[in-house]
Amino acid sequence: MATLKVPVTPEDHIQGDPNAELTLLEYGDYECPHCGRAHPIVKRVQKHFGRRLRFVFRNFPLTQIHPNAQAAAEAAEFAGANGRFWEMHDLIYENQERLGRPLLFALTEELGLDAQRLRDALTAGEFEPRVRRDFLSGVRSGVNGTPTFFINERRHDGPWELENLVTALEARRAVV
Amino acid sequence: MANILERGTPAPDFTLPVTPDQKLSLGEVKGNPVILAFYPADWSPVCGDQMALYNEVLPEFQKHRARLLGISVDGAWCHSAFARDRRLHFPLLADFEPKGAVARKYGAYREGDGFTERALFVIDKTGIIAWSYCSPVAVNPGADGILQALEELPR
Repeated sequence: MATLKVPVTPEDHIQGDPNAELTLLEYGDYECPHCGRAHPIVKRVQKHFGRRLRFVFRNFPLTQIHPNAQAAAEAAEFAGANGRFWEMHDLIYENQERLGRPLLFALTEELGLDAQRLRDALTAGEFEPRVRRDFLSGVRSGVNGTPTFFINERRHDGPWELENLVTALEARRAVV
Repeated sequence: MANILERGTPAPDFTLPVTPDQKLSLGEVKGNPVILAFYPADWSPVCGDQMALYNEVLPEFQKHRARLLGISVDGAWCHSAFARDRRLHFPLLADFEPKGAVARKYGAYREGDGFTERALFVIDKTGIIAWSYCSPVAVNPGADGILQALEELPR
């Protein structure tokens, strides 16, 4: 059974109560269509568990098959450095079919952030180490594709439809 | 699942096409660690993910001076189309004629199916198998086992 080798820290992007009893962690790629489909499912899982669940997102871009995935991950990190990670995260997935640099700049402006600053950050690779760190933590933890979910540090294998994730999370609650 | 060659076994040598007009021998890459990744077929979805993943992890393999070689029973022309499509930055060897001969030497051939297991071998710089792992055919084994094996190699 694969387990999370790099524990969740305050450096991570965490949505919900940081001390929640349940953790759902996703390794995702912004250009991956499966991750796009998982996005609303995660929202519904969060709604189902409310304050009992925290959701953590880590980057796992497959850059050679998804040419926009790295820039998208860096754009989300750029927004995160400005306190707007989750808004950018949602906006990218909600507009995934139009993903590309023009979309990333437009979404940045929509959030009231400076698109030129993002352009500079992408050119300089400012957020590249952060994204790579996420990616390598995933490789170490046995992530083999996207999306890969971990529930309280244990990899969730198999389907990730709403009912599968809810059942798996409930089972972890019973153990805790 | 097949009984693949285990740790401590000398890695059988082979010479296979790496492009339609070039061949590569295991002996040629000795001196540095080699990662041999047998996979069932080009284009099948799980393999695609597995090779795409290794493509991204390549810089980590290179930190250990390890050479990654993918290997399946697909022909060299098929490999070159697949590698171009997926932008793979490592060689794919064609265990095509006689079909699966190298996979057989490593105990990684699936007789009934006519393709190879999803089997991984880390071969040390002296040509001895340092680690091997056979994954269920439908499961992408990831890269964590390979990285750990590389770290455990004597310097």
